[in-house]
Amino acid sequence: MSLKLALPKGGLFQSSSELLQQVGISLESYDEQSRSYRPRCSAIPELNVKVFHEKDIPIQVATGNYDVGICGLVWADELLCKYRYSDLVKVHNLGYGRYNLYVAASRLSGISSLGELKTFPDTIRIASEYPNLAEHLAMALRLKKFKIFPLWGAAEAYPPENADIILSLQSVFTDLSEYNLIPLTVLLQSSAFLVANRSSWESKDLSRLLQPLLTSAITQTSHFDSLPKEADGVRSSISPVNPVTSAWDSCLRLALPDGHQQHPTIEFLRRAGIIVRGNFSPPCQLRINLEDTLVKVIRPQDMPLQIANGGFDLAVTGKDWVLDHLYQFPTSPVKEILDLGFGRVKIVAVVSEELGISNLVELKQWMARNPHHPIRIASEYINIADRFACDNHLSPYRLIPTWGASEGFLPEDADLLIENTQTGRTLAQHKLRVIATLFESSACLLGRIDTARDQTKQKKIDAIVPMLERAL
Amino acid sequence: MQRCKGSHDLLPENMMRFRYVEDIFRKCCLEWGYSEIRTPTLEYLRLFTSAGTLTSNMLHRLYSFLDWDGWSGERVVLRPEGTIPAVRLYIENMSQQEQAKLFYVENIFSFEETGKDSRERWQGGFELVGSREPTADAEVILLACEILRRLGIDGVELHLSHAGFLKALLGEQYHDLDEFPNGDTQALQQILAANPQLTQALRESDSSFLLFNLRGRSAGFLQNLKSSLGTVDPGIESSLDNFIMVTELLSAAGVDYQIDFSSSKGFEYYTGTLFHFHLGRELLGGGGRYDNLIPLLGGQDKAAVGFALYIDQVIRFLLDEVTNTTAQILATGNIDTPAGWKRIIEMARLLREAGYTVDIDQGYGSVTHYRWIMRLQSENYEATFSVTDQLTGEKVMTNSVGKILETLEKGQKCH
Repeated sequence: MSLKLALPKGGLFQSSSELLQQVGISLESYDEQSRSYRPRCSAIPELNVKVFHEKDIPIQVATGNYDVGICGLVWADELLCKYRYSDLVKVHNLGYGRYNLYVAASRLSGISSLGELKTFPDTIRIASEYPNLAEHLAMALRLKKFKIFPLWGAAEAYPPENADIILSLQSVFTDLSEYNLIPLTVLLQSSAFLVANRSSWESKDLSRLLQPLLTSAITQTSHFDSLPKEADGVRSSISPVNPVTSAWDSCLRLALPDGHQQHPTIEFLRRAGIIVRGNFSPPCQLRINLEDTLVKVIRPQDMPLQIANGGFDLAVTGKDWVLDHLYQFPTSPVKEILDLGFGRVKIVAVVSEELGISNLVELKQWMARNPHHPIRIASEYINIADRFACDNHLSPYRLIPTWGASEGFLPEDADLLIENTQTGRTLAQHKLRVIATLFESSACLLGRIDTARDQTKQKKIDAIVPMLERAL
Repeated sequence: MQRCKGSHDLLPENMMRFRYVEDIFRKCCLEWGYSEIRTPTLEYLRLFTSAGTLTSNMLHRLYSFLDWDGWSGERVVLRPEGTIPAVRLYIENMSQQEQAKLFYVENIFSFEETGKDSRERWQGGFELVGSREPTADAEVILLACEILRRLGIDGVELHLSHAGFLKALLGEQYHDLDEFPNGDTQALQQILAANPQLTQALRESDSSFLLFNLRGRSAGFLQNLKSSLGTVDPGIESSLDNFIMVTELLSAAGVDYQIDFSSSKGFEYYTGTLFHFHLGRELLGGGGRYDNLIPLLGGQDKAAVGFALYIDQVIRFLLDEVTNTTAQILATGNIDTPAGWKRIIEMARLLREAGYTVDIDQGYGSVTHYRWIMRLQSENYEATFSVTDQLTGEKVMTNSVGKILETLEKGQKCH
């Protein structure tokens, strides 16, 4: 009987690899250099291993694609606090990869305790990569007025201007004051966790895999507090503060991307005569040679939502993320001001070469031959994928949201992938074939349809656009 | 294709039961001066999150999500219950009215883990806004009683309790009552024993037995309880006095009830009289007074009391006569020519106008479902219809609508 194990990339990778080695489950090609998503295990031949982004693992295990997985407890609880009856079983704390999920506010926000949130006069803006846990928190605190902004990352950049509180996962050794944040509570103590599919747990013998892992696991308590408690010593660490958002509100607010889009963006701005200097690593402190303009670095995926809400006036992001946002929120007031030309990618539909399909017609024929098998469509662009399936009548279909390493989903865990590609090389390496091109994307300057915007700010925007046009 | 997990279809027989309940519910409410409203299926999540609205258990069963306007960060929910949206509607649209009597028939959504029970249920609810008087509590209970009486369900018991009294007595631990099943008096006793606010008199008496094991059947029970408490704080005393007044009004109206403090669970927003209608172990409906909800949601300081009928439960106990779906007359015969078709639809129209159900034969069914078979013998006007009463066997031949109606009426009088 085959056993299926889902292992994490990223932060938990190194320790997970060492643990497996220690307990005699050595894996070939489970290392940072390898681009393979399918490490092999000679010690347990019946073991099939797949490497995922950590956030994907609870979903893959809950849906039964994998019997067992390793992920941070925070991602398991992010799933379970919303879908508490899903088939995900938290088996055991593995002890490594320890992080705290803090509820934190800016030192400058005037919020110094959870109790103050309950009496906060305005709508409380909560920004987080963990929107389900954020909603759970709002309910536990019985907040009267709140908004939740789901993020792909960089939550620490948001307070106080773009969020009142954040849920931020930090190493237990991190000093949040470096980010100018104060912890209001530790919502969750997260560490690597062994998770299992309920049905597998109930009906399959997983002991060959579980026994060595559990024997070596470090016993450690970790739990989600439904009613969070105040962080110890928070109050004593707070100095009197004044709410400060007036400068942010009156200045032009520009969002720049982190990750691989950052360098070409900075370079493009330099050609336009706009120089951004400072520390680009969190906590970012940037200066720009434009008068009355403030800059923050956030994820390009999060920019459309932030622009829509008026958190920023301008952002440099990809058209792909703008379209994904507009497919989800057709009433959003975001608008593309300028195509910046760089960062060109194609958004494509791809299948595994194994299927022998080369176009959409053949895909539909393949679906017709498998009428009781909903086509599984994986993508980071979940709304674009949804629209693509509807427009092309790919019925029935199931969407699988992914948070990276999407190529690895085909062919075992998805049938179709909506993905971006620059050269097509990565797709080819993973034996994937493009069967349709949805559209081409490039970086763009994103703004907001805002008739109420003050004229001074509008004039600043009007002045920046020609500068950027000259750099095209 | 299958329906979504946790959802239920209503087939014709149950739909007929549903409409029967809805019609009686609407008719009663209108007769008592209540006006019908309908709130949206989607509401903002924050409407339900304040302390004093939904219980924690209900909050965590909400269907919440980002809709197409979700870029604003606002989450929406599928309406989880009827009262809070009705209050929101009142505050938003009708707050200039000193008093409002409103009713609605709406679906509500709450996650249920097994998927065996429906996650979408239907409620008929009514709310009386703007009165603190015990007569308002009594009116709401009387209207609920009348609805259940007209539905013809026998054996329904009315259980009364009082949230204000229990909150004054138990303090914050009142909310712990939600964690225990009805009738778990041992758990209630533990709550009571742990409460430092309890008066000396209650500590010295067998308080949990007096409160949670005995069932009162008149205001006298509450008077006795009041005597046993000795000197109590004003909150407890005024709540008890209010409860006594409500029960006296109900007794004066000839309503039978049980005073049952162990049935006190449900929503956080109740502040006064609580009432539930039981049929055996099944709960058919319930309600209560909620004087703090309107100001809590941003409205004026208006008191209110309301009731919800659990329609999905009620339709299970309706008498079979309600679901007599038999169409009365089958119109059949020579109808597949334009002339014959015209004759039959004209006659069918006349009979329908007279109040009869006429089903035109499309060649699908058994004639045994019908009381009368009306057969067109020929398509010309001299030709006649034969009308056969399947119950009595009587048969007439005629081309006169008057004669046909006479036959039908005669048959109805016989049976």
